[in-house]
Amino acid sequence: MIGQLTIGERQFALVMLLALAVIGFAIAVAGRDDLLGGHGALVILVALAGIFAVIHGYYLPAPSEQRFERYYDDPTKVGIIVAMGWAVFGLFVGDWVAWLLVYPELTFDAGWSSFGRIRPVHTTSVIFGFGGNALIATSLYVLQRTSRARLPDQLSPWFVLFGYNLFCLLAVTGYMMGITQSKEYAEPEWYADIWLVIVWVVYFSIYLRTLARRKEPHIYVANWYYMAFILVVAILHIVNNLAVPVSLGHAKSYSSFSGVQDAMTQWWYGHNAVAFFLTAGFLGMMYYYLPKRANRPIFSYRLSIISFWGITFFYMWAGSHHLHYTALPHWVQTLGMTFSVMLLVPSWASAANALLTLNGAWDKVREDATLRFMMVAAVFYGLSTFEGSFMAIRSVNSLSHYTDWTVGHVHAGTLGWVAMITFGAIYASVPWLWKRESMYSARLVEVHFWLAVAGTIVYVFAMWNSGIIQGLMWRTYSESGTLAYSFVDSLVAMRPYYIARAVGGLLFLIGAVVGCYNIWMTIRTAPRTAGEAVSAKPDSVLVGTPALQPGE
Amino acid sequence: MFGFHYRLERKAIGLVLAIIGVASIGGIVEIAPLFTIHQTVEQAPDMRVYTPLELAGRNIYIREGCYSCHSQMIRTLRDEVERYGPYSLAVESKYDHPMLWGSKRTGPDLARVGGKYSDEWHVAHLNNPRAVMPESIMPAYAWLSRTALRTDDLGAQLKAIRAVGVPYTDDMIANAPADAYGQAAPDSPDAEGVTKHYGAATNVRAFDGVPGSLTEMDALVAYLQILGRLTDAAHKPVAAVGR
Repeated sequence: MIGQLTIGERQFALVMLLALAVIGFAIAVAGRDDLLGGHGALVILVALAGIFAVIHGYYLPAPSEQRFERYYDDPTKVGIIVAMGWAVFGLFVGDWVAWLLVYPELTFDAGWSSFGRIRPVHTTSVIFGFGGNALIATSLYVLQRTSRARLPDQLSPWFVLFGYNLFCLLAVTGYMMGITQSKEYAEPEWYADIWLVIVWVVYFSIYLRTLARRKEPHIYVANWYYMAFILVVAILHIVNNLAVPVSLGHAKSYSSFSGVQDAMTQWWYGHNAVAFFLTAGFLGMMYYYLPKRANRPIFSYRLSIISFWGITFFYMWAGSHHLHYTALPHWVQTLGMTFSVMLLVPSWASAANALLTLNGAWDKVREDATLRFMMVAAVFYGLSTFEGSFMAIRSVNSLSHYTDWTVGHVHAGTLGWVAMITFGAIYASVPWLWKRESMYSARLVEVHFWLAVAGTIVYVFAMWNSGIIQGLMWRTYSESGTLAYSFVDSLVAMRPYYIARAVGGLLFLIGAVVGCYNIWMTIRTAPRTAGEAVSAKPDSVLVGTPALQPGE
Repeated sequence: MFGFHYRLERKAIGLVLAIIGVASIGGIVEIAPLFTIHQTVEQAPDMRVYTPLELAGRNIYIREGCYSCHSQMIRTLRDEVERYGPYSLAVESKYDHPMLWGSKRTGPDLARVGGKYSDEWHVAHLNNPRAVMPESIMPAYAWLSRTALRTDDLGAQLKAIRAVGVPYTDDMIANAPADAYGQAAPDSPDAEGVTKHYGAATNVRAFDGVPGSLTEMDALVAYLQILGRLTDAAHKPVAAVGR
């Protein structure tokens, strides 16, 4: 890793790591009476580990000029491995949380392991740890291929990858220590948020600098989605996290917004974290890996334009459907509902574009579990976007809101769509990256596929059942005109479904562990060769559509 | 349209600006007016701020992630109003930075739980939920009774939340640690300051049943007991609540 950096980059890396160590020291001193001090110590440790690694490799020979002829894939390789690590950790914690709802005593009489603290550990680990690392890793891979240009330098991708994982680490350890803003999916406190902004700016600069050197006149559709992901997540993150810290020595901060304005801002963020983190980014992944694996060009270029701008525009209005019948003004609720329903059009256009791309390649879908992962992902994307639009209708929401139905819906999207497209993309790219004909074991990919599908279906059906039963029990009246069930009655009715959900999650977790083993064995048996040459020719699959030919 | 796009997708900066522009519209239209239209939040002259002890309790509620299972937002639906009480008004959370409306009811809504149960019930329930409710799946929070509440930074906490718009006075900030202690020690000289700063209706009692020591249990119970009781606005007829 260090051997690939130029001497200048090694020096700059040392300067940055020293600066990070100083910042960590400052945080540790300023926050010595607060939980913040622990995070200062963590930052120092990370910086020292980095300094040690750079010094250890400092006198390695400088990289040769030939590196410019090859794509720079090592950050992608590390990113994929790290993503799989977060997947197993996050799914494990998720399943633990699920069992806590069945056996509430599994908390060791301690704060760090109680439901409220480790539930965000689960969500952050899977969304940001697994999903985010997979997005960074694949985006750097896709960006280079579709631009036919190498990454601009060797240092910035490592800064983004490690900096981002430092953010995830601060987030997850913080929750267990008791540091949280309580804003769902934006729990990390102010200092971690500022750090993420810095990482994100560098991430986007890699994108712009690589695009500036592209040899392909058109920016491929996958990059539109990755760019929308980076840009809009930056906007959402900065606005929703505006806050005033208690002092520079406190981890705690108070949000700039309160009450109804905070609720709207939070769900504008929350829903669009789903839109631009868990949808746009992974659509970018889909638009590259699915056509490549199927060896078929994207079905329709025009459909991809319509769905891209439709998603970018409509999604940002939809957040208020999280606040139906609340103290949020009625007109905002109605706008949110309307745009949520309209959102079905670009969503299904994307799903249809993916599935129709497979026309002529369905024999491969049957034989190749990797491609089948991506196909099932597109199906779940279509299903969960339909469900989402449906649940955003005010009268449906009156039943579904606050219940497990929402949890089921989210997991149909995250397990069925996000995780499946990611596993598909990872199984496709691991042999490409490590120069193997195929994965170590196609059978194990098949095993993983069926575990993932079974786990998702068990999970989602359990939550549909529990959610709808809950919603109905809460609103059922007896003949005498009083509420028929107490809250505890509904809680007791949930128990079998909570067990089923935890079992479904366990199946999904086992699948991910099988995937890790398979990836590890593929890497271990891989020959040591140079990276893939920067291509002189446009990729025939990606520019194969007739619409792109004229004018070239 | 597609011809235009065909040119647009050849320009990285053009694409960037187009994405930012298209994505910004929804948020601007839906969020900005909430700060400018006065009808968004009702008037409630009787609304009071959280005492330092209640604020500390609220921060414990946040720290422990209580919001991930309990909402604090009663919707305008008949069954919710009958189960939990009058539907929530925007003004009731206007000092909540951030709001804790929640999104999931694994447990019941807490928007109006204040005063519904005794302090003893809350302490017993938090120590071991299954002791008072055998079917409960809530985690036990027994360590709260064993943990002393940090009060030395309460002045700084109040100052920070004043910076984002909650009207704490200099007097309240200066006396924050003493007020926190006094609210849970009714016989101490500090107790007087609490009612002086926050009104005669403020709960002043040993919330965890032990007057001498100030624990996190005191703070959390004090917070739970004030939920829904910062103002009476929600209990008045709709016409009487000014907008």
